[in-house]
Amino acid sequence: MADTPLQVTGSHTKQEEAPSIVEVLEDAAKRGVAAVQDYSLLSFRSLANLATSPHYFQDTLDQMDDVGVGSLPIILLSGFFIGGVMVLQTGAQFVRFGQTSLTGDVVSLALVRELGPAITGLLTAGRCSSGMASELGSMLVTEQVDAMRAMGTDPSRKLVTPRVLATMLMVPLLTAMMVFVGLLGGCVASVFSLQLSAVEFWRRAVDILEFPDLMQGFIKSLAFAFILATVGCYKGLTVRGGTQGVGRATTQAVVISSVLIIVADLFLTKLSLYLSNKIF
Amino acid sequence: MGGHGSFPSWEARSAIAFEDVRIGFDDGQILRGVSFCVRERETVVLLGETGTGKTLTLKMAAGLLRPDSGSIDVLGQKVSEMAEKDLLTFRRKIGFMFQEGALFDSMTVADNVAYRLHEDGVAQEEIEPRVREALRFVELEHTIDQLPSELSGGMRRRVSIARALVNRPPIVLYDSPTAGLDPVTSQTIITLILRLRDVYGVTALLATHRLQDGFALANFHFDADAERVVANSGNGSSAANAAHTRFLVYREGEIYFEGEPEEIANSKDPYLKRFLA
Repeated sequence: MADTPLQVTGSHTKQEEAPSIVEVLEDAAKRGVAAVQDYSLLSFRSLANLATSPHYFQDTLDQMDDVGVGSLPIILLSGFFIGGVMVLQTGAQFVRFGQTSLTGDVVSLALVRELGPAITGLLTAGRCSSGMASELGSMLVTEQVDAMRAMGTDPSRKLVTPRVLATMLMVPLLTAMMVFVGLLGGCVASVFSLQLSAVEFWRRAVDILEFPDLMQGFIKSLAFAFILATVGCYKGLTVRGGTQGVGRATTQAVVISSVLIIVADLFLTKLSLYLSNKIF
Repeated sequence: MGGHGSFPSWEARSAIAFEDVRIGFDDGQILRGVSFCVRERETVVLLGETGTGKTLTLKMAAGLLRPDSGSIDVLGQKVSEMAEKDLLTFRRKIGFMFQEGALFDSMTVADNVAYRLHEDGVAQEEIEPRVREALRFVELEHTIDQLPSELSGGMRRRVSIARALVNRPPIVLYDSPTAGLDPVTSQTIITLILRLRDVYGVTALLATHRLQDGFALANFHFDADAERVVANSGNGSSAANAAHTRFLVYREGEIYFEGEPEEIANSKDPYLKRFLA
């Protein structure tokens, strides 16, 4: 029986005696598998809803504003300083070999391929995944989600799809902004710290980039956006235990989406490198 | 909105029918084989202590929860077996008033009431008059641009009634509509429920733990001509006879009592007497 709107599984164990350790582990394993199943179905549905009506354009625009414009200040600020730190760290090593001019190459590649998508994903997860979990969780515990269903609206369509779509549209743009500002920060640091010419830094930073590098960053940012939005929505719509549960779900959303982003990063890097060798 | 209801005779068709319905969660069975029916344009008052499954019953009637076993028919459709996609369409025939109102707190009162109309694709120029009419019905037209957080608990529930009735559903489900309200506000809510029942002739399933709410529904009716609530005269007037109200009492997951207001009022059963106290 579905006891939350987006759950398709549940267990009905009447506990009359104290369960053994094996039973407890078995129950935990079943719950884990059921959670993965529910999450997978919700994630699939969030994208499948795009193929059929109705669509909630205004909700999507609102979410784009919240995720995109709302996250911009922290992304820009973080990007600038991360770029600067990258230059200081790498430049200090290149100085030993008299190759400080390579700093632009390294910082550019690192930002586009790895740091830009990953840090944008993690920062957006911290800000938006938690926000989604707490907003949807609050709606769930105050029966607003049930009210929505009672009025004939599919919550996955009205609440989840706009958030997932908006995040997937905004995070790649935020990543691009972070990379640009990161290079700007790197440029400033290289001029003042390594006494490199700004023109030289930018020329090398741009010239080193190839199409597969940009694709790698783009694919990663899309995947990270999907992860942080779906995890946030899933945790919000499966809240248990009132307002305390909302707090717990919010924390879990950030932790789970951050860990998943880092784990997915490894596999996406390997996949991107493989594809860049085979295709591009 | 709709015209005056002509009220059910005993041959009226079943609007809601539960047949051997069971549901439970991790900590045990909540409902253990519940069977009852609500006839068209009838009001059934569902009484029971907290945790006896009243809200679950309403949610199952609206298809928000699926029973573990048994069947639920609403307006001739087997709700317990319908797919979620079909249920979404079907639920538009049912008004649901949640215990705390469950208004969308990021929307204004107008947007809350208009929500269903927007979802149904009703023309924009038709929406505002209907929203105003629904809010006028609950005497809250002046709150149209306010947010739910600016309203009192009783006002939020009245908006919830307006939201439930705006698309003129044949069935309205009320989940503890007066719980936690002061006597005056409770009376206002009950008056609105009477008015909704007697003016629009809706079928109602009302869950409550307050027997006096049930007696108010059984012993009074809304006189549309006089625009006020009047006591049933017992002289065979159409409204008094037709606005039929029955009681169901849940106890430990089963139906403990099912009958007329007079039966419960005159009952010597110690458990039922606790509700009368």
